Amino acid sequence: MSIKTAAQDVFGGFYSLLVGMRVTLTQFFKPIITVQYPHATLQLPARFRGHIELILDPETGLPRCTACKLCERACPSQSIVVEGAKREGAKTKSVTDYRLNFTTCSLCGSCVEACNFDALQFSKAYNVVSYDRNQFAKMDLVAQAAEKGRQMMAARPAPAAPTPAEPAPKAAQP
Amino acid sequence: MNSLLSLLSLEPVRLLLYLVGICAFVGFNAAYLVLAERKIAGRMQRRPGPNEAGLGGWMQPFADVGKLFAKQIMIPPGVDVLLYCLAPLMVMAPPLICLVAVPFGDTLVARDLNLGLLLVFSLGSVNVMALLFAGWASRNKYSIISAARVVSQNVAYEIPMLLVVLTILMTTGTMNLNEIVRQQAGWFWHWNVFRGVWTLANPLMPVTFVIFFICMLAETNRAPFDMAEAESELVAGAFTEYGGMGFGVFFMAEYTNIVVGCSLAAVLFLGGWQSPIGVLSGPVWGPLWFLAKLYALIFTVMWVRWTFPRTQFYGLLNLSWKILIPISLFTLLLSGALLTLTHLR
Repeated sequence: MSIKTAAQDVFGGFYSLLVGMRVTLTQFFKPIITVQYPHATLQLPARFRGHIELILDPETGLPRCTACKLCERACPSQSIVVEGAKREGAKTKSVTDYRLNFTTCSLCGSCVEACNFDALQFSKAYNVVSYDRNQFAKMDLVAQAAEKGRQMMAARPAPAAPTPAEPAPKAAQP
Repeated sequence: MNSLLSLLSLEPVRLLLYLVGICAFVGFNAAYLVLAERKIAGRMQRRPGPNEAGLGGWMQPFADVGKLFAKQIMIPPGVDVLLYCLAPLMVMAPPLICLVAVPFGDTLVARDLNLGLLLVFSLGSVNVMALLFAGWASRNKYSIISAARVVSQNVAYEIPMLLVVLTILMTTGTMNLNEIVRQQAGWFWHWNVFRGVWTLANPLMPVTFVIFFICMLAETNRAPFDMAEAESELVAGAFTEYGGMGFGVFFMAEYTNIVVGCSLAAVLFLGGWQSPIGVLSGPVWGPLWFLAKLYALIFTVMWVRWTFPRTQFYGLLNLSWKILIPISLFTLLLSGALLTLTHLR
């Protein structure tokens, strides 16, 4: 190695060190970009597939499901059991029991595709944990939907109080 | 007031103040430098670093130390018990003693030693032996490899460091650290790192400062020269078999060594407790300037650590023997020649 290349090595090497240090210093003064997980979470992508859940009717807060059992039939791994009954005064059946075996579910989405009433969707639940195997082997989607419906109805503003003028025609009716 | 001053100058009082002051400083400093290191590493990687314990993570050192204290002190079977127990003491004691001679301010120095520089450098080398003891006594193949590396690395870097210090000594003419600082009074271009340039005593003084800094990194076994610890290849190097506070002491000693090295760099090259702007000096501002310089240098040490990957061992030795030693020899000769010429004139 000649003197010239040696000098180039030393100076070039030292310069490259300074370049690297400039990079880390500029990063040092930039804001942090990591999401502080338990305090903040990322928004899940629209096509994220959690376990399936029943879609609620926004009017009543009840599941739209009519217990037609199309999803039960569509499921390739027999992970779904649906039971329904006719509620008094209703035209269609409504779901009374919807059991998903999440331990065998492969999240293929056949049930969601098969549903004719737009009553099934993938949830965004990704941190589901339990000490109890049956929480997943016999996932009770009706209970989940009922809980969600209660929250939905509770969050909705109460119906406006009737105005004083309104009772008059009602009183005149009978 | 006078009686208080005379009490402070009493020998046992001075000794006690030094012991308490230095031990408190070293302990808190090491604990919070670990936090600073993790914070700086985090920021450089665009993450916040430890921030859960206390507001912004300021309680983290207490959590760390509490964890280390709670651990069992275990002596593994088959180790050389005497050396195994001696090593943490030997690694901790020298930097503590070195701080005797370091002038934090004009009068804020434990002992104004005439040969302070010599004391610091002679004790600084004990660190190598302590790590060798730790590696040898641990009866662990990783530790022994680490010990061998430490010795060859520190011997290699001691040489350019001492050559650089000789260059400084030729211009200052004294080994008293406080005296060296006093010579650098005035604006920042009176500091040794710049003064040599315009007085033509040694135009390469900034280069010698860089060499000193690199050697200091290598002597304190900091990345990119952390061959002793090299966690990705040697588990934890010489500290592999140490747990709890035994390991904690090595960590504390590493940070104390950094403090000693950086304060030497500040004293020798950056004017110690002298103000960079001529004014704002005195018994209060002096220590503040010194600490500012010290922590700026320590920040640079951490900055370097989180920028560069660990070098290969051959590269490390090549850097010392092929580049640093020739350059520092050249600056030594140049400085000697220039000083002789100016004296002849």
